[in-house]
Amino acid sequence: MPVFIKGVGCISPQPTYNGQFLNELTAYTGEYFTSAEPDYKAYLNPALIRRMGKILKMGVASASICLQDAKVENPDAIITGTGLGCIVDTDKFLTAIIENEEQFLTPTNFIQSTHNTISAQIALSLKCLNYNFTYVHRGFSLESALQDSIMMLKEGEAKDILVGGVDEITQTYYAITKRMGFWKKNVEGHLSLAKANTKGTIAGEGATYFVLSQEESSSNYAELKDLATIYRPKDIEEIESELHKFLEKNDLAVNDLDLVILGINGDQRGDQVYHDLANGLFKDQSLAYFKHLSGEYPTSVAFGVWMGAKIMKSQEIPSGVILENANKGEIKNILIYNHYRDINHSIYLLTHI
Amino acid sequence: MSKRVVVTGMGLVSGIGNNLEQTWDSLISSKSGIGDITWLNTRHKNNLPVSEVKLSSDELVGLAGLTSKNGYSRSSLLGTVAAREAVRNAGIKNINEYRTGIVSATSVGGMEKSEVFFADFLKDNTKGELRNIVTHDCGDTTEKIADSLGIKQYMTTISTACSSSANSIMFGARLIKHNILDRVIVGGTDSLTKFTLNGFNTLMILDKDHCRPFDDTRTGLNLGEGAGFLVLESEETAGSKEIFGEITGYANANEAFHQTASSPEGDGAYQAMKKALEVSGLSIEDIDYINVHGTGTLNNDLSEGRAMERLFNSKVPLFSSTKAFTGHTLGACGGIEAIFSFLSIKYNTIFPNLNFGTQMKELTVSPVDKLKRNVAIDHVLSNSFGFGGNNSSLILSRYRQR
Repeated sequence: MPVFIKGVGCISPQPTYNGQFLNELTAYTGEYFTSAEPDYKAYLNPALIRRMGKILKMGVASASICLQDAKVENPDAIITGTGLGCIVDTDKFLTAIIENEEQFLTPTNFIQSTHNTISAQIALSLKCLNYNFTYVHRGFSLESALQDSIMMLKEGEAKDILVGGVDEITQTYYAITKRMGFWKKNVEGHLSLAKANTKGTIAGEGATYFVLSQEESSSNYAELKDLATIYRPKDIEEIESELHKFLEKNDLAVNDLDLVILGINGDQRGDQVYHDLANGLFKDQSLAYFKHLSGEYPTSVAFGVWMGAKIMKSQEIPSGVILENANKGEIKNILIYNHYRDINHSIYLLTHI
Repeated sequence: MSKRVVVTGMGLVSGIGNNLEQTWDSLISSKSGIGDITWLNTRHKNNLPVSEVKLSSDELVGLAGLTSKNGYSRSSLLGTVAAREAVRNAGIKNINEYRTGIVSATSVGGMEKSEVFFADFLKDNTKGELRNIVTHDCGDTTEKIADSLGIKQYMTTISTACSSSANSIMFGARLIKHNILDRVIVGGTDSLTKFTLNGFNTLMILDKDHCRPFDDTRTGLNLGEGAGFLVLESEETAGSKEIFGEITGYANANEAFHQTASSPEGDGAYQAMKKALEVSGLSIEDIDYINVHGTGTLNNDLSEGRAMERLFNSKVPLFSSTKAFTGHTLGACGGIEAIFSFLSIKYNTIFPNLNFGTQMKELTVSPVDKLKRNVAIDHVLSNSFGFGGNNSSLILSRYRQR
């Protein structure tokens, strides 16, 4: 039985939380992207907002937006993927430990730093007593959460599963990873990030949730047809081989792909894979990308999946994300190819309902 | 989806032993691993007892089959040692002979090294050795273990506080049942850190003495460190290997009550145990022993005890907490205690709930407080309950051919 994307919710550096679909893009300056956040009072208990860290607010609000979109009140499972977890609270508690020499500490930041706090807070806000998991594995975090969801739907007892990818950015994290050469000097010109031929990418953050269900409905966004992961592929040949296997398994030829969404992030080194595919295997396909809007973070692929789902439902590709337009007409099959720091590679197939 | 998931290998390292054999020796001689802090550089050094693995990180490097510890946090060293033992124990010569993956768990990841980095970084953000911070995230721990085992096909990391590695076992079993993998190395690892030591201390749930799980006078838990991994295989892949047992039931429920505390009635614990039983198809009479979460905190033991009495209609099976041996190993406890449960099954033995003296006034039951041998044990219920209301229960059974 097929698995459908029944609802979506997205908080990202672009205004996306209100169902907007990337029609008016905001150009930023500065060192890294931070989320365009909604007025959280609309989604969270005002008394709690003050004490909740940013990642919790983003996560709970995005989940709320998604459930509303799916018209689901109580999901049968809540599964979150996060690559770094709650780093604002981790930072605060660790700083307090060091600066106060392990004295006069308060527990709030420690409690909120546990990786599964996002899933837990969502459950608390809904009084949801069901299955509650958190995957924390870099660029496989969302994929693991989705794999779990797909299996759970096939097991037959869950109807609607809330599943998503969330990560936040902090000045500390940015400063440390800057020393490691992760980033460009600043985000200027990010709307044409695909043309950048320099080292480093742009850091971002976001919270994107989906409701997955096996229920057929004309309001579903797309079918999540297949998902595959590759760990540290040796070379482009290994990647192409996996892509061929993936397509074969799904009875598709390359030309059946009406759109290919790539995880291009402007980093000269990491983007080589995407350029090879764009000039090789996918040279005749329509191409789009998303990290010039989401920024790069372990679960940024969730933004790409959100974008794919919205494109499938609207049958329109926002002009600001197009790399190549092969004018395919009806969009029936969308392939997403992404990697996180060349460690975690993933392939998604979305098909029209 | 009626594939049976069996255990063909186990490996662990904790305060009571650097491998399975040493662990067994400690368990049957009531030798606890709890004592003074030695390697962690903390002001609590002489105040809070913990269960340290009795090996320095340098010593772990050799056992892990590495030449240098560069790039390996203590959590990944512990995990690599335990996972390698599990794979050896399962008689696996070629890891990629079948579709094999690893599902690990950790709550601290590489924090033990991150703390060292931060101490320098906070004073001057151009300082701090980057090699101490690159191992921070949970995924790094698992990838290091995967790399050392040669696993590439599938890997992920679960982090749900104290239920983490029980959840790894659950997810790994399901991956086999769905025919995505034939074999999964499952479990978890957590090293001691100032972060968790201070975190639990500020919550005021640490015992200044050795913990007394399920005792009326208990005052808290002792932290521990360690790693425990099991090799799960489908029955077909296992072939004629020695089988330690079978994963027959599992469940995860969320209490949605409070971020750190359990409801006094233990609703989450009750739901997890009840659902796990349903998955196994067993009835309450079939459970011979419960390896309880039993941390020794006022809150956990009360909730868990009440939930057990409710579920088993006051005919609570024999139970014990092994945390007075190993301390609370956080992300590793589900894996470590599943291994203890399979040892119980294999050797028909119940390991004692050390330091027990007085029955809790709210309960009508007490744990097994002395080593008990020659007990018929076919089915064990193993509980792991974590922060965020994350409650997981596993049903672990003697393997019988059908």
